[in-house]
Amino acid sequence: MSTMAIDKAGPTRKLGSMSRDRAWALRWSYFFLVLFAIFFLTPPVYMLITSLKSSAEISAATNPWWVFHPTLSNYVELLTSNQFLRFFWNSSIISIVVVIVTMIISIPAAFALARMKFWGSATLATGVFLTYLIPDSLLFIPLFKMLGVVQDLTGITLLNRWYVLVFIYPTLTVPFCTWIMIGYFASIPKELDEAAIIDGASWLQTLLRIFIPVALPGLIAATIFAFTVSWAQFLYPLVFTTSIDQLVLPVGITTTLIKGDVFNWGQIMTGALLGAAPPLIIYAFLMDYYIAGLTAGATKG
Amino acid sequence: MADVVVERGRVARATGARKGSGLRNALGRKSTVAFFLTLPLILLIVLLVLYPAFYSLYLATLNKAMTKFVGLGNFTFLFKRETFWMVVKQSCIFAITAVIFKALIGFIVAHFVHNIPGKKQRKWRGMLLVPWVIPPAMSTLAWLWLFDPSYSAFNYTLSFFGVGPIPWLGETFWARFSVILVNVWYGAPFFLIMYLAALKSVPDQLYEAAAIDGANWWQKIWYVTLPMMRNIIAITTLFSLIVTFANFDIVRILTSGGPLDTTHLFATWAFQVGIQSSDIPLGACVSLFMVPILAVAAIFILRDVSKRGNEA
Repeated sequence: MSTMAIDKAGPTRKLGSMSRDRAWALRWSYFFLVLFAIFFLTPPVYMLITSLKSSAEISAATNPWWVFHPTLSNYVELLTSNQFLRFFWNSSIISIVVVIVTMIISIPAAFALARMKFWGSATLATGVFLTYLIPDSLLFIPLFKMLGVVQDLTGITLLNRWYVLVFIYPTLTVPFCTWIMIGYFASIPKELDEAAIIDGASWLQTLLRIFIPVALPGLIAATIFAFTVSWAQFLYPLVFTTSIDQLVLPVGITTTLIKGDVFNWGQIMTGALLGAAPPLIIYAFLMDYYIAGLTAGATKG
Repeated sequence: MADVVVERGRVARATGARKGSGLRNALGRKSTVAFFLTLPLILLIVLLVLYPAFYSLYLATLNKAMTKFVGLGNFTFLFKRETFWMVVKQSCIFAITAVIFKALIGFIVAHFVHNIPGKKQRKWRGMLLVPWVIPPAMSTLAWLWLFDPSYSAFNYTLSFFGVGPIPWLGETFWARFSVILVNVWYGAPFFLIMYLAALKSVPDQLYEAAAIDGANWWQKIWYVTLPMMRNIIAITTLFSLIVTFANFDIVRILTSGGPLDTTHLFATWAFQVGIQSSDIPLGACVSLFMVPILAVAAIFILRDVSKRGNEA
């Protein structure tokens, strides 16, 4: 629509009409952007509105888009409940450990795949990318059974323990992180590490002193990706953990705050908003890295 | 220690041009280091991705108690069930409709964002990407509440226009509509951001040349924008097709497959059959039906990605 307006200003038109058309194009763009922004932001805003209401106000069925008696009681209740804090703690510890494990696995691997051409390196790089395309919903049943078998064989409790997720999540994070790190490492000029090696640096020093600092934006993007994926993961914890003290935030909110047919929407929305907060905060501060990571998957490599 | 080996190998390679054995030695050592650097990655992929994938093939051939080999018995059993064909149909409807709308909305909104002055683009892009940042399980809860039949916002708002009340999640058509709507809402920002990046990479000269040749806005999109973005559109669409086809969170939270199993996707049905009714072989069998579509999409993505790599 807007491009149409611009294009009417063909080469035969005068400058004045062109700028007028442009102004209209801009107005239309803003108009539609506002419409789409309303569509995109309604659920999070509605979360916030509901989280400020008391149960009485919700069940009174007043105007749902407005808070007449704002209260923080939902927040206070959740942030003082040991159960909710436990979910938050589980989610945090799992996500942090997964980020560390992911980096330990994918940085050396990406370094090797980007710089050392060895037998099978191209195949392995392709394999990493293909692994990234395998969805969690394909593997949860065999993994569930596998964990059960391993548990029976070794006597180590694996099912219904939060720490097992630390081993499972890297299957979702490592392939993508390795893939974008390969892209970032490969874009570093060869002269840089050759110069370092001529100066007597070892491969490890080249990695630590050249590759990681130069590719730091990629590293941050990969870290953000690993964190958000582990924070948001819903299927694996839903399948592998059941006891209340082992649950992570998304599963905990959906299973414990819904008691029978009674939906305490004020608390559910508060929990959902608090659960969405860490990724949103990271996004607010590191948006450019976030977007770099998002687009890198398909544009690099 | 590993780097010492490489160092020596590097020196050996420098002199190894004359001695064939020295060269082979050096290469051998270099690939040893590379092997150890990639070993954790290989172990992870083999143990927790490849092995379970094949294990699920094996599981699919067992009976419910997992004591007896039944061959393709589970598959023939599924083929005879009406629910299975409904799940196949719904998965296809869901994935195709959702991907088309995501791609369209992404494309349109990307143009609008591209149109406005550069400084403001950042702010708008930041706002429009929010659905993609919120964990889907959390945002779907908000949708569930928006869809609530008696207390909630959509029907309340619609009542002013004399519409409704609409049984958003209670009737097959509306339930299918709702899960697709939520998926589009969640996935469109991804397309938006990819298309925006692609739009920025189209050189302005092409549009100027097209304008001089008298192209209208539609011809510009058709002959300049789309060909320039073809690769990124293909990759994004195929990628989203995989993710949407394998979607679990949204349907699970919104409808759990209801009403009457009409909104089940492969993933949610596999969960219900395999985990909730603890018929693991049948569940594995159901989820295996995702493989053909995923494989086809993956092959095309791989082709496009490597093509893109060659262009660069």
